[in-house]
Amino acid sequence: MVTAEPAEHAGMDAVDHRLPPVTELAVGTLVLIIVGGIDVAARLPQQAALWLPIVLLVAAVVLLIANVVVLSRVQAFAWHTFFLVVRYAVLAYIVIAGMLEFVFVLDGTPGRLLALLTAMLVVFAVDIPLLFGFSVARYQPVDRAD
Amino acid sequence: MVNDAAVATPTRFSDADAPLPLPAFQIVPLVGLPIVAVLVALLIVAIVGDWLWALNFFHVVAGGLWTGIDLFVGLVIGPILGRLSIPARIEFTVRFMPKMLLIMPTLVTLTLASGWQLQRHLGYLLLSYPQHWWLTASYIVVGVMTVIALGLLEPANLAVLFELKKPRPDPTVIGRLMRRFIYTAGVTGVMQLATLVTMTRIATW
Repeated sequence: MVTAEPAEHAGMDAVDHRLPPVTELAVGTLVLIIVGGIDVAARLPQQAALWLPIVLLVAAVVLLIANVVVLSRVQAFAWHTFFLVVRYAVLAYIVIAGMLEFVFVLDGTPGRLLALLTAMLVVFAVDIPLLFGFSVARYQPVDRAD
Repeated sequence: MVNDAAVATPTRFSDADAPLPLPAFQIVPLVGLPIVAVLVALLIVAIVGDWLWALNFFHVVAGGLWTGIDLFVGLVIGPILGRLSIPARIEFTVRFMPKMLLIMPTLVTLTLASGWQLQRHLGYLLLSYPQHWWLTASYIVVGVMTVIALGLLEPANLAVLFELKKPRPDPTVIGRLMRRFIYTAGVTGVMQLATLVTMTRIATW
């Protein structure tokens, strides 16, 4: 199990060294999704070769799952703050991702491409709140009740 | 995106090590949410109606503000902030950052959604390469700025605001997070200049 000391009592570096690389994994996931999105957009209106964005999406999903797993193994963490931030961030990013999805549907995006873009948006809408929540909670006092 | 640049590294809050008297602030200013909702609703109306003038308006106004704010904050506000006393810097930050948390994502959403519809409406998507490279270049620029904004700046922004909500904020944490702004301001500035080049080129086809 990974543990972390309270941020207010331990040195920041000590806390950082005990936490898994959630930020790095989340940014890696984001980069994969963005590159996949650019590749799709750059080829429109053709959609002949979707293998690259699909590979990037699969890699992003693997990274995201790995991130959730390593974070869930952290025992001493400011989970209350984490979920507080995640809750509001998910709300905001559902609106943003929903807006993009709405535009894709309105534009008559073909089924296969729409499915790919939707999956990318779902990963995006999970990854960013996780990153925000972790970035805030890592510097907050650990929940003793947890 | 949000170049709250060069709000440089505080090493201490005061000689007496006493907590700073911080003004009360909301991390997300709730009063701004209805304005955001109205703007997004208007954008949806413009998209559904395929209203060329409104799409153009949203893209030009929101995109201009996005680029202008980024450059102004990064090149003008940032260096000024770096020369302020630490209490003044902190007081500015708690008044400034919450507003940026609402303003910048809203401007980015308005710019990108209207821009995408605009290029479809004007038939730019049908252009072949090498002319299409101008569009692809704009996607790459936006992609880089998205990674910087969502991966580095916004998380640091939020973490600083939550840190400043503590009874005794840790200056080491704030200083470390603020350094991200300095490191990324240059990259974002270059990206915004590239945005100006690509957008003015596309607009004059």
